[in-house]
Amino acid sequence: MFEAVAFYLFAFLTITMFYITVTTQQALYALTALAAGMIFISAFFFILGADFLGVVQIIVYTGAVMALYAFGMMFFDTTRDVVEKRTSPQMIFGMSTLAAILVVAIFVAPIVSDNITAFYPVVEGVGNSQQIGLVLFTKYLVPFEVAAIMLLVAMVAGIVLAGKKMDRSLTLMDCDDAETILQENKES
Amino acid sequence: MDTAFIIETIVKIVVILLIFSALAGIGTYFERKILAFMQRRLGPMYVGPFGLLQVAADGVKLFTKEDIIPTGVVAKIFKIAPVITAATAFMAAAAIPFLPTFTVFGYTVHPIVADINVGVLYVLGVMAIGLYGPLLGGLASANKFALISTARAASVFISYEVITGLSLLAPLMMVGSFSLIDFNNYQVDNGWLLFSQPLAFILFWIAAFAETGRTPFHLVANDHELIDGFGTEYSGMRWGLFFIGEYANMFFISFVMALLFCGGFGDGSVAGALALLGKVAFFFFVFLWVRAAWPDIRPDQLMWLCWKVLMPLAVINIVITGFVMMF
Repeated sequence: MFEAVAFYLFAFLTITMFYITVTTQQALYALTALAAGMIFISAFFFILGADFLGVVQIIVYTGAVMALYAFGMMFFDTTRDVVEKRTSPQMIFGMSTLAAILVVAIFVAPIVSDNITAFYPVVEGVGNSQQIGLVLFTKYLVPFEVAAIMLLVAMVAGIVLAGKKMDRSLTLMDCDDAETILQENKES
Repeated sequence: MDTAFIIETIVKIVVILLIFSALAGIGTYFERKILAFMQRRLGPMYVGPFGLLQVAADGVKLFTKEDIIPTGVVAKIFKIAPVITAATAFMAAAAIPFLPTFTVFGYTVHPIVADINVGVLYVLGVMAIGLYGPLLGGLASANKFALISTARAASVFISYEVITGLSLLAPLMMVGSFSLIDFNNYQVDNGWLLFSQPLAFILFWIAAFAETGRTPFHLVANDHELIDGFGTEYSGMRWGLFFIGEYANMFFISFVMALLFCGGFGDGSVAGALALLGKVAFFFFVFLWVRAAWPDIRPDQLMWLCWKVLMPLAVINIVITGFVMMF
């Protein structure tokens, strides 16, 4: 009974939050609703007994949305509404309904045809995090390592792109030197 | 799931809420007294014996103050931001065992709300959400100083999270579980992790200062600008909620440090329980001591410290621990 109540509560909350994210004109509402929705999703993992994934969901998405906030802070005056070119509200409803039906159809298909079997059934007496480790380092070792290499490439690229002039700090140098550099930047 | 379990859980939640809300108030008393002692002042001394009732006076003041929502703020976000800080601080406490299991009138009490098997991760993850409070409060405030302090909060957030995660990895590898109770039991058999993982302990301790936003990483509230950073526009109980959240976080992170690295409650005897409280009191005292002894550092210094000094150290620690465990 508790699981059913919790499921419907969090399903409702998640959908409301993402609805606000899509429809609101206020950047802060959108970002906050996005973060809240992502955190509410973790509740489903907890209900299903996948504690580790639930916590990872919380940690990863609070960090990710935090980066979005940083961008929001730089690009918008967050206390004002963002004026968007809105074609039609019907479009939003139509598209989201279509997407929802599509997703439900994809997930329901194997259940309807009774073809659902676990490739890696739960190992008894082993913790949640150990089970993920088992699957990650046997079946999915190659995708896991490839993802690691891609992240490494992204990190190196980020450092190369952002790392120019990183060895000098405007706050640490003399006032005059900093002035000249700012002047040069303005001219170029 | 029987009724007794539900009632027990609700009672536990209420007790934790009450105790730690009260402790947040008493914590401010100790903070003032200790700071005053270190700065050769007297601190609170007029209200009640030794100024003890100052806490109650402050409480009355906070609760009865007018709740002002300034014009030009994003009202809903402005109102909800302090609630996020306070609520997530207490949510994080759900996976912390505050005392060893004890028996009252023949009824065994587990002083932990939920012993989930990813306890450490849960506590740190939910605590991290608490930083959304200052962030949202500052962004919604329509105040330039609040906005600047929000930018600092973001810089703190992206710096310390990596250190907490990486510094914990090495002890986690040794214990092989995320549960705080398993950490405690491991240390009963094998000695404190503080001695086998001293580097991880120090890194985690430094990160804890950033996590709770205490001096020397007190960047979210700009003390040197003589305002309260993200809290500039807040008044009354909404500001009080930020306060309760910050102090509750300090207590909870002290519990986590004592449980992770300093043996926790040991074998579960009364002496062990008292020792746990003593360790927590010590860590709390160090939070105050550091505030009296050190100035704040700049955001760029914090990022330099976290990314260029502490992160490589944490990675080296993990590699060494891995090799030692393998061979």
